[in-house]
Amino acid sequence: MNTGGNPQLNRHGELNHLLTIEGLPREVLTRILDTAAPFSEVAEREVKKVPLLRGKSVFNLFFENSTRTRTTFEIAAKRLSADVINLNISTSSANKGETLLDTADNLAAMQADMFVVRHASSGAPYLIAQHLAATGRDHIHVVNAGDGRHAHPTQGLLDMYTIRHYKKDFSQLTVAIVGDVLHSRVARSQIHALIALGVPEVRIIAPKTLLPTGVERLGVRVFHDMREGLRGVDVVMMLRLQNERMQGALLPSTQEYFKSWGLTPEKLALAKPDAIVMHPGPMNRGVEIDSAVADGNQAVILPQVTFGIAVRMAVMAMLAGN
Amino acid sequence: MPKTMRLPDAEALCVALADAMRGHVDPAATALVGIHTGGVWVAERLHAALGLKIPPGSINVSFYRDDYSQRGLHSNAKASQIPFDVDGAHIVIVDDVLYTGRTIRAAMNELFDYGRPAKIELAVLTDRGGRELPITPSFCPHSQSLPAAQMLALERADDGRLSFKLMEK
Repeated sequence: MNTGGNPQLNRHGELNHLLTIEGLPREVLTRILDTAAPFSEVAEREVKKVPLLRGKSVFNLFFENSTRTRTTFEIAAKRLSADVINLNISTSSANKGETLLDTADNLAAMQADMFVVRHASSGAPYLIAQHLAATGRDHIHVVNAGDGRHAHPTQGLLDMYTIRHYKKDFSQLTVAIVGDVLHSRVARSQIHALIALGVPEVRIIAPKTLLPTGVERLGVRVFHDMREGLRGVDVVMMLRLQNERMQGALLPSTQEYFKSWGLTPEKLALAKPDAIVMHPGPMNRGVEIDSAVADGNQAVILPQVTFGIAVRMAVMAMLAGN
Repeated sequence: MPKTMRLPDAEALCVALADAMRGHVDPAATALVGIHTGGVWVAERLHAALGLKIPPGSINVSFYRDDYSQRGLHSNAKASQIPFDVDGAHIVIVDDVLYTGRTIRAAMNELFDYGRPAKIELAVLTDRGGRELPITPSFCPHSQSLPAAQMLALERADDGRLSFKLMEK
């Protein structure tokens, strides 16, 4: 991979793997969003399938549980006519001691064409991509479906697709990301994507204990007061409070959290009247978001899920064609 | 040679194509489907000239092409739009230039994913030869033989005028 340092691009500068949004030029991101648009129409047909990936084998390698992401990747691959094999490795060979690369090698020996990888360790999909390249098998494409605290690029892309769908243009927007940024790979992908696409003001609203150090260096404005941070924003991107990743006393209690950082109708009223509310799911109602907001008419949380399928179809189709 | 070769007059061919189709289409029941991009322009012309009632559809065959694994996906893919019920419909696929026939095969495959048409016909402005599949146009006012190294494409000017352009590959 001699691609000026970006291991995701092939020697023609085309996307060979999707590992992270960080470092991807705006043109590549825009191209993915443009490609996703016609795929959203496929779902409205009598036959919800196009033959692009006919005869290809897509392996969903989920070393960490996830229902929604795995399901939407599975639907996306099936709508492209690929054969999809789901492996929940948290309950399989890894428990018997097989290493990550041995698992990848075995599946490559089964003529895999694409790996969709979710792993609790940051960098696991990159390790697989690097290993495939080093062993002359980079015709197998790798899609990161979330690795540790690092990245969740297809979530970031579907969020951008959603914003573009409702707001048309990135260049005038103020976008706030609210909540547990520290544990969130989604937030990292969102921040990189928003900045690469030219959003002039990206705000991070979070308690000090849930912020990674040096987050300002990414080009965002940090707020520790939710009301102040939400004032005048066009888009509110809520993050899930990741209880399962919490170690130690980062928070007093979920009730306390809701009081200071939960999105209520009263706090949302500080944003622009036509602001949209997004959430990557699964939601903790009454913790980071009030049901009145989650079910309200500014929420675009379910459209995000629908757009996610089209975006994942576009990513898989583009990778398989490069 | 290409510089001196006369290109067909696209505007005149639109008129001739409409004339050829007039006796064969039912304005209340025939539906046109143009293939992106040139075929969509021609379908718009035919729709107006023939006074058809069913709004014309447009189809983008990028997702159905048989050379996808060699050429990859083109990002300027516009969505297909079929604004009528394909089941039982009389459909005329419209394209600017007929060449190998692979685009037409892809378009037919795609149409069948919307339903089962009663009948599909094919209307093109010109047939440039070089067929690789057993596909013949139902309506075609012009034909000429072009070498494989040349590409004939329809263009639309800002004022809406259609013209052909010849490109070397």
